[in-house]
Amino acid sequence: MNSATFQAIAARPAPVRSEGLVPWLKRNLFSNLPSSIATVVLVGLALWFLPQLLIWGLTKAVFAANHEQCQAVRGTGACWGVVTEKYRLILFGRYPFDAQWRPLIATIAMVAALVASCVRLFWKPWLVLLWAAMLVLFFGLMFGGFAGMVYVPTERWGGLPLTVLLATLSIVLAFPLAVVVALGRRSNMPAIKTVCVIYVELVRGVPLISVLFMASFMFPLFMPPGTSIDVLLRVLVGITLFSGAYMAEIVRGGLQAIPKGQQEAADTLGLSYWQAQRKIILPQALALVVPGIMNNFIAIFKDTSLVTIVSLYELTGAMGLALNSDSNWRPFKIEAYFFIAAIYFLFCFSMSRYSLWIEKQLSVSKNR
Amino acid sequence: MPASAAPPSRRDWSLRSRAMRAVIYQVVVLGLIGLAIWFLAHNTLTNMRVRGIQSGFDFMTSPAGFDIGERMVPYESNDPYWMAFLIGILNTLRVAIIGIVLTTILGTLLGIGRFSHNALVRGLCYAYVELFRNVPILLQLLMWYLFLIEALPTAGQPIAIFDLFYLGAGGLSYPVPVWGLGQGMAAAGALVGVVLSYLWARRSRLHFEQTGQPRPVLLPSIVLVIGCAAGGWLAGGAPMAWNIPTPGGFSMEGGSSLSPEFIAVLLGLTLYTASYVAEVVRAGIASVPAGQGEAAAALGLSKGQQMRLVSLPQALRVIIPPMTNQYLNLTKNSSLAVAIGYPDVVSISNTAINQTGRAVECISVIMLVYLTTSLVTSGLMNWYNKRSAIKER
Repeated sequence: MNSATFQAIAARPAPVRSEGLVPWLKRNLFSNLPSSIATVVLVGLALWFLPQLLIWGLTKAVFAANHEQCQAVRGTGACWGVVTEKYRLILFGRYPFDAQWRPLIATIAMVAALVASCVRLFWKPWLVLLWAAMLVLFFGLMFGGFAGMVYVPTERWGGLPLTVLLATLSIVLAFPLAVVVALGRRSNMPAIKTVCVIYVELVRGVPLISVLFMASFMFPLFMPPGTSIDVLLRVLVGITLFSGAYMAEIVRGGLQAIPKGQQEAADTLGLSYWQAQRKIILPQALALVVPGIMNNFIAIFKDTSLVTIVSLYELTGAMGLALNSDSNWRPFKIEAYFFIAAIYFLFCFSMSRYSLWIEKQLSVSKNR
Repeated sequence: MPASAAPPSRRDWSLRSRAMRAVIYQVVVLGLIGLAIWFLAHNTLTNMRVRGIQSGFDFMTSPAGFDIGERMVPYESNDPYWMAFLIGILNTLRVAIIGIVLTTILGTLLGIGRFSHNALVRGLCYAYVELFRNVPILLQLLMWYLFLIEALPTAGQPIAIFDLFYLGAGGLSYPVPVWGLGQGMAAAGALVGVVLSYLWARRSRLHFEQTGQPRPVLLPSIVLVIGCAAGGWLAGGAPMAWNIPTPGGFSMEGGSSLSPEFIAVLLGLTLYTASYVAEVVRAGIASVPAGQGEAAAALGLSKGQQMRLVSLPQALRVIIPPMTNQYLNLTKNSSLAVAIGYPDVVSISNTAINQTGRAVECISVIMLVYLTTSLVTSGLMNWYNKRSAIKER
């Protein structure tokens, strides 16, 4: 063995680790100088700001429903006591205090039906029956007047049930309207097309609040003398007509995405216009627009907060109602605002996640 | 080759024909709509007669009788209603236009931030978008207003920023130059500068097309505008007088100020709409295939040129239509100012309805104003969209 002939070459350097915590940090936080500076500045800001927020929101905050304690920590700590004290007024408005289990159950039923409608397994004809049963249950519980439950008129409805009711019912009612208007806008008949275009463009050009003003100030003038219509119903009609126009445009987008050959093939088979729409075009188009409709639902859910301007006390209005007349708790309105903002966020964020998920699902079936 | 004869164009007008049925459907629909309109109009007229409500726009010339805190043209409470409405419209336009500009800037930054190499910046932009998009705009407006009113010190002892700006419950006060000949000359100079830089840009484009040699455009333009403005200012006697606000006992004196209502509406609208604009911009940038940037780099374009000449024009095509919708939404959402008492056109109309009872007229004014702004905005954006659309030859 001649050791002089054998020369071990230096080992190759280990491959650069591209996985794990340290490479991730290097790539995402310190990839170059500006990025490193941004990281340092942002971490510094977080270290300065987050402890203050935690002290304000948790350690120094008052959770007990005691407004004197709240006054004592005012400015240094949050007063979540306002929520402990008023949450039933905020959630259910002026609904009779002893009967508030009724709107609670009604809201849970409505939300459960909404969740069920989001699951593909339930996209069957009997879903309509489920909704009908749910609406009967909802209105039965809310109105009462039978089986020993006191009758509660719509003026005393409020809070979260009203928000969920307005959003859901207006979308459910606007949907058939939207389909008809979208079909009408693509129709060959000039008069029908013009009517649909005018409706959609007129409604989309004005803010919701002017529609609500119309529902509250002008609607009573439209009706035959002597009749009076419940303000909840008037507002519901207004929101339905409003969201119908937006949804019609979404549905029209779906209809436009269906190739012309589908309609021609249906014609060749001898299907009538309505048969072709019902069996061929709409099933394909409506599956495409589910994410769009979901986004519209989120928008309407947020927009229901506007009805407080025409004095219907949904979540935002009920909060004002609960605090404005109580001088002990009025100073802590901002905490109550955070509370209802969190409720809205919870609903809207989960719906937007769902919308994203279903969009991905639909594109999976297309890419296959 | 003789063309085959077209089938005789004879319309079949029997009851079972498509054409005849289309006519019948349309007549029925129009008839029903006409009937509904007649029914509503008849009821309205009867109701108005029964309740003794007067109608017509004659009230517009009678004195309004209420004061408006925020006005861009002189107004007193015994001025006619149409003046009040005009101030409302101007206030709506003011908050909408400033809001659109600020929203575009903030939203674009946030949208680009979603592509940052830095995970913290990315996460922050994402959190911002989700947080502000999922809370109703009305709630945000109310929260900002409450915050400005409650958390800031009273109007008498505002927070001073460099002793020039004062922020308090009375709003934001800021110094303004005393308007004089010099400022007028400076404005005229800036205008001349804009015209000159436009001419320079055109000349350098022609030069580039003929010779292929690029000339700088941005820097000379900035120098031209600032230089001409400074020249005008010097020619006007270089006035240095500023009207600086000073805290009085109970309110601010001097300077100019923005009311807390205006700041709350502007802040709420801008922060809310920016979260939507950020998503629009993100989608637009994501729609440009990565190969475009790589191809541009292969051609030897610099990073800036790559952005300006290749990526941005393609992204803009995707961005502009949804961006138009966001501008329209912002304008329409400015109507929520009524909830916190900013005197926009809806708020003025609301007061007018309560005072005169002419709901039909006032609501039609609101609708007309928003319809007009919507049509003008979408018209402008359509024109811009056509300019940036693919030129198909």
